[in-house]
Amino acid sequence: MKKKLVLFCALALLVSVALGACGQGSKSSDAQTNESASSESSSSTDADTDNADASMESDTSSDSTPTTGGSVVLGMTQDLVSLDPHESTDAGTRSVVFNMYEGLVKATSDGDLEPAVASSYVISEDATCYTFTLREGILFSDGTAVTVEDVKYSIERYAQIQGESSSFATAVDSVVIDDESTVSIWLTEANSEFLAQLTVAIIPASNDDPAGNPIGTGPFKYVSYSVGQNLILERNEYYWGDAAYLDQVEFKFIADTETAFTQLLAGTIDILNYLTTSQVQTLETQYSDQFNIVEGSMHLVHALFLNHEYEPLSDVRVRQALCYAVNREEINQFLFDGASEIIGSHMIPALTTWYEESTADMYTYDVEKAKELLAEAGYADGFDLTISVPSSYSQHVDTAQIIASQLEEVGINVTIQEVEWTTWLSDVYKGRDYQATVISFDGDLNPSDWLARYKSDASNNFFNYSSEEYDALLEQALAAIDTDEKADLYKQMQINLAENAVAVYIEDPADFVAVSSDYAGYVFYPTSAWDMSTIYMVSK
Amino acid sequence: MTLLLITLLTFAAFTVIPGDAALSKLDMDATEEQVEALREEMGLNDPLPVRYFQWLSSALRGDFGDSYQYSNVTVAELLATRLPVTLILAILSLILILVISLPLGILSAMYAGKWLDTLINQVSQVVMAVPSFFLGMLMTYVFGLVLKWFQPGAYISPSEDFWGCIRYMIFPAIAVALPKIAMVVKFLRNSILSELHQDYVRTARNKGARSFRVLYSHVLKNALIPVITFLAMVIAEILAGSIVVEQVFGLPGMGRLLITSISARDYPVVQAIVTYITAVVVMINFIVDILYQFVDPRVRTEV
Repeated sequence: MKKKLVLFCALALLVSVALGACGQGSKSSDAQTNESASSESSSSTDADTDNADASMESDTSSDSTPTTGGSVVLGMTQDLVSLDPHESTDAGTRSVVFNMYEGLVKATSDGDLEPAVASSYVISEDATCYTFTLREGILFSDGTAVTVEDVKYSIERYAQIQGESSSFATAVDSVVIDDESTVSIWLTEANSEFLAQLTVAIIPASNDDPAGNPIGTGPFKYVSYSVGQNLILERNEYYWGDAAYLDQVEFKFIADTETAFTQLLAGTIDILNYLTTSQVQTLETQYSDQFNIVEGSMHLVHALFLNHEYEPLSDVRVRQALCYAVNREEINQFLFDGASEIIGSHMIPALTTWYEESTADMYTYDVEKAKELLAEAGYADGFDLTISVPSSYSQHVDTAQIIASQLEEVGINVTIQEVEWTTWLSDVYKGRDYQATVISFDGDLNPSDWLARYKSDASNNFFNYSSEEYDALLEQALAAIDTDEKADLYKQMQINLAENAVAVYIEDPADFVAVSSDYAGYVFYPTSAWDMSTIYMVSK
Repeated sequence: MTLLLITLLTFAAFTVIPGDAALSKLDMDATEEQVEALREEMGLNDPLPVRYFQWLSSALRGDFGDSYQYSNVTVAELLATRLPVTLILAILSLILILVISLPLGILSAMYAGKWLDTLINQVSQVVMAVPSFFLGMLMTYVFGLVLKWFQPGAYISPSEDFWGCIRYMIFPAIAVALPKIAMVVKFLRNSILSELHQDYVRTARNKGARSFRVLYSHVLKNALIPVITFLAMVIAEILAGSIVVEQVFGLPGMGRLLITSISARDYPVVQAIVTYITAVVVMINFIVDILYQFVDPRVRTEV
């Protein structure tokens, strides 16, 4: 049964984390780190079981045991940016190359980190030195051994490609080879969250063309890539962990969602994610015997973001009025049949250790209250607001339209300006030349990855939010080593964002994935990952 | 000359439209120095005339540079994989257009006013009104999903299986060809009919030539001239890539490449495709001029 499998995987992960813990010497800081790791995973296991439950409802035909062999085609509506894992890419590309590469540690489906290329690690008490023991006998997909030199090379190469001023490069002081199976990474200052950054892919130093001939340690290895067409991978026979079930995986690039959906119905592709609710309906009513709908979350913060430099929006009462005036549940119903999780701050519920629940219903839909606040701020007659949205994302455009009609009711006159993605990047995001925009942000397992952009002087603080209290909290949180203390600080930051109505936070959007009933084992990750190693063909 | 002007215009157009190629390639939160380094690497920091002449001088040597959006891929390689798809589609649809529209057009003119003519006319009228993309969607649904004659999206490259590729391409080719067939039929019919009212036709008839012979040896030759001009436009259009049809049928052709390149601000690719399209149009016009001389010797003396 699928549910059992998911539970089993979660259990296996727990055990592996615990085992990793045993092998880690006796420094006091380890004990603390491991504790936090296991408490995190046990709490998120619940969330995962919920997911499994949700998928079970529609999952009626996949009642079988995993079989080895076969192949699958996953359709995606974008091409890959680069197969070089150290280049900056987008979420889609990262989700795909996840299957080929691994770092010293890798993300698990329940939001944890497990040892991968390293078999264990020790974090020094002051969180300035991370020491890794290389997994014994680990091989690259071409059959050559992974050495500590490869580890050093990979981390230094990543830092160099990211650029001197990047957060990664500034954090790493040096990479030191202690002996032929241990490597230490020394940081410039204490950072207890650095482990999540060490998912950086380990690649062989001897490979001079990582983009054209990708070699890694992941469960799948590279076969071929055709620009604009597909990427083909096959099972990595040298993989250190549980071998993938499928012999071959194809990621097929399709121009638009409608064409992709037709190809799904025709059986050209077997898995398609980000389905719209109408597509889900079509599948459920007409093709229920051919497809299962697996429901998860996109793990994004979807919101109406505001530019605090724009005159009316610099007033906190106006921003709060917007929060009261937007009916988030209506947006959720319209776009996702109510399957999304409503949020009230810049954090996704899946990161259970860090998520502050109370923010979600700080503002309930209340037109009268919104009008009062506007009047108080001197905008009783409303004002003009232009929402700039990237035109290629229909989800954002639709959201903007719903918001526009809702704001109309409190007297705010909204104009929607659709811009091309590249224009959005240069004008809105980099240039900060906008009033409001609808977009969603992703992030990694570190809470700071989500929240650091609100720091007054952060280069990606395109909201122009400035709060001394917030900056101080962030500084404390980054320096904190104890997980409880850290979590408390991050929760205060989320409350700060919500109370100041920095943006109109809407939801973590639901993600509907169609999986052909010939397959089972689809697992959601809170990070960018489409893990193909858990997917297997159902024997009929 | 035309070529030069067009390439210059495309180049200039890209400096006018907003959006930064370096930004679109990098991660959203790429550092300033990463963006700068990439801009430098792409040569985006040079002034426009410098970039244009650099591009021109290497393009003349056949080097169109590297694609911005795909790492490690030259524009030439990119086009080389796409061109065959568009060519096969173009040739197939052209064959369909010629084989179907010429006989139909002649038939329609011969039986002008009779029921056959009316039928052909009515059908053409309807087909002409249906846009290619809708036809494509209709065909994908009927032949792909219901009848399962072909599998939507399962395009096979010609190097892999030539006949399998042709079998798949027949469907998009029909989608491209049908509206054009309808237009050519109407065009040819009207052209023949107007020729039939010319004096020389009456003279030929009066001299005792059979109407069938008149049609083939005199009228058709003259009637074909405007049709050739029209066909030339159609061919250029198809060779430039049938953007929408390629999209609907999931073909990796030139049209699709052009669209993705524009939205990714992949200038070198766009520039190369525009140059290609211009070259095709110029070349076809040239060929048409030569064809005129064969069909109508009067053109030769005038030149």
